Amino acid sequence: MTAKIALKDVHKSFGAKQVLSGVTLDIMPRESMVIIGGSGTGKSITIKSILGLVTPDKGEVWVDDTRADTVRGSRRDALLDKFGMLFQGGALFDSLTVWENVAFRLRRRMSVTDARDLAIVKLRRVGLGPENADLFPAELSGGMQKRVGLARAIADDPEIIFFDEPTTGLDPIMSDVINDLIREVVTEMGATALTITHDMTSVRRIADKVAMLHGGIIQWTGSVSDLETCGDPYVDQFINGRADGPIEALR
Amino acid sequence: MALFSAFQGFLAGIGASVLGMLRTTGALVLFAAQGLIHCILPPWYWRETLRQMLRIGYFSLPVVGLTALFTGAVLALQIYIGGSRFNAEGVVASIVAIGIVRELGPVLGGLMVAGRVSAAIAAELGTMRVTEQIDALTTLSTNPFKYLVAPRLIAGVLTLPILVAVADIIGVMGGFLVGVNRLNFNAGTYIANTVNFLEAGDILSGLYKAAVFGFIITLMGCYHGYHSGRGAQGVGAATTNAVVSASVLILAANYILTELFFST
Repeated sequence: MTAKIALKDVHKSFGAKQVLSGVTLDIMPRESMVIIGGSGTGKSITIKSILGLVTPDKGEVWVDDTRADTVRGSRRDALLDKFGMLFQGGALFDSLTVWENVAFRLRRRMSVTDARDLAIVKLRRVGLGPENADLFPAELSGGMQKRVGLARAIADDPEIIFFDEPTTGLDPIMSDVINDLIREVVTEMGATALTITHDMTSVRRIADKVAMLHGGIIQWTGSVSDLETCGDPYVDQFINGRADGPIEALR
Repeated sequence: MALFSAFQGFLAGIGASVLGMLRTTGALVLFAAQGLIHCILPPWYWRETLRQMLRIGYFSLPVVGLTALFTGAVLALQIYIGGSRFNAEGVVASIVAIGIVRELGPVLGGLMVAGRVSAAIAAELGTMRVTEQIDALTTLSTNPFKYLVAPRLIAGVLTLPILVAVADIIGVMGGFLVGVNRLNFNAGTYIANTVNFLEAGDILSGLYKAAVFGFIITLMGCYHGYHSGRGAQGVGAATTNAVVSASVLILAANYILTELFFST
């Protein structure tokens, strides 16, 4: 089986700072991959290089049979149509109402009423009633904004969904709700999912496979069930949250 | 040796700032070109463009109108003082009209709108950059240049001339009010002098200027907002840079345009 998303030796630096120094990772169709790693290890840059928001200095990014890092024009639009993304802060458009945010992509191929109806269906899927549809994002709590972001990400039934720190800034109960929602929508849509997080509860709830990113490369990758017993010193230190180990922590 | 390295450092400093300036100019020209291409090529976001026209044009009317009113009024007083020194008080009406229409309407109107609009655009786009809304647009298969930059550029170029046309009328009215009520001109004569001495070219040159200023104002707002740095400080700097650069460029462009209209 060929990988849905394949990163091959991806390098990226900003000025003198080398962020990615040869990331190689395969994500299979319908798999839920979670990239773990400390802050500033390049998790976001990895996702952004798949989406073409950041151009790698070296290496290749493949999505299905398309070179995602070099594709331009209408083929890039077609490629991006396969993606849905939940941003860390939600990244909701604050000049648009909740339903307009959710229906942003739908509006191009359906009428206003159809798009609105479908947006309300998607909102209900993430546990938000239709009474929220005409509010503005600023009127919602953080957890609700995250749900709207999730509804927007899944609105057009994407083949691939990215989750950037989905539980950061939420209370433990809301984190659990969001984790459940992510697991459910990914499974029922049959989508390929890529999540970046440093929340280990989240990892155990939503991952099929886990990749540990540190020092600009993938240190370890494997099934979530092997996480505890893999014996990799980086993974071991990270999942147990120890200050001592190969990952140097600033004190 | 120490003198030599100090001199070298001095030259390097000059070189670095020149290179930085060239880099910024190049980036700005590319940004403007990209923005213009997206103004011309479909798809267009008309709803977004209309919304921006409302924001840039309609909501700037009060501030531009007040600016024009007081400028016209002051102009009438000043020209009366100047004119009375060689018994030429009669020129007040025509000089107020020409001054407002050719120069002060577009320039002061442009500067007021620059303060209001380019700051607002830079703050909005900067916040969108910082909160990843611009990245979100891309992931929703929407080109940020098409959705954010092009509607604002189109709105700026289309609405500023309309805004300045209104400002011209209000400015001339400001002069009229002072002329008739304070300087005791005959109302009919004042209007006749205004109409008779004003040429279509005077009005048009002002409106062309306004269109260029509209482009400058929205371009500076978009450019600085789009390239905003991280955090509140980044957005603050983007806002300041947008207003300062838009204002300076308006004054510079005004000279160049006046020179162009002057020679033809």
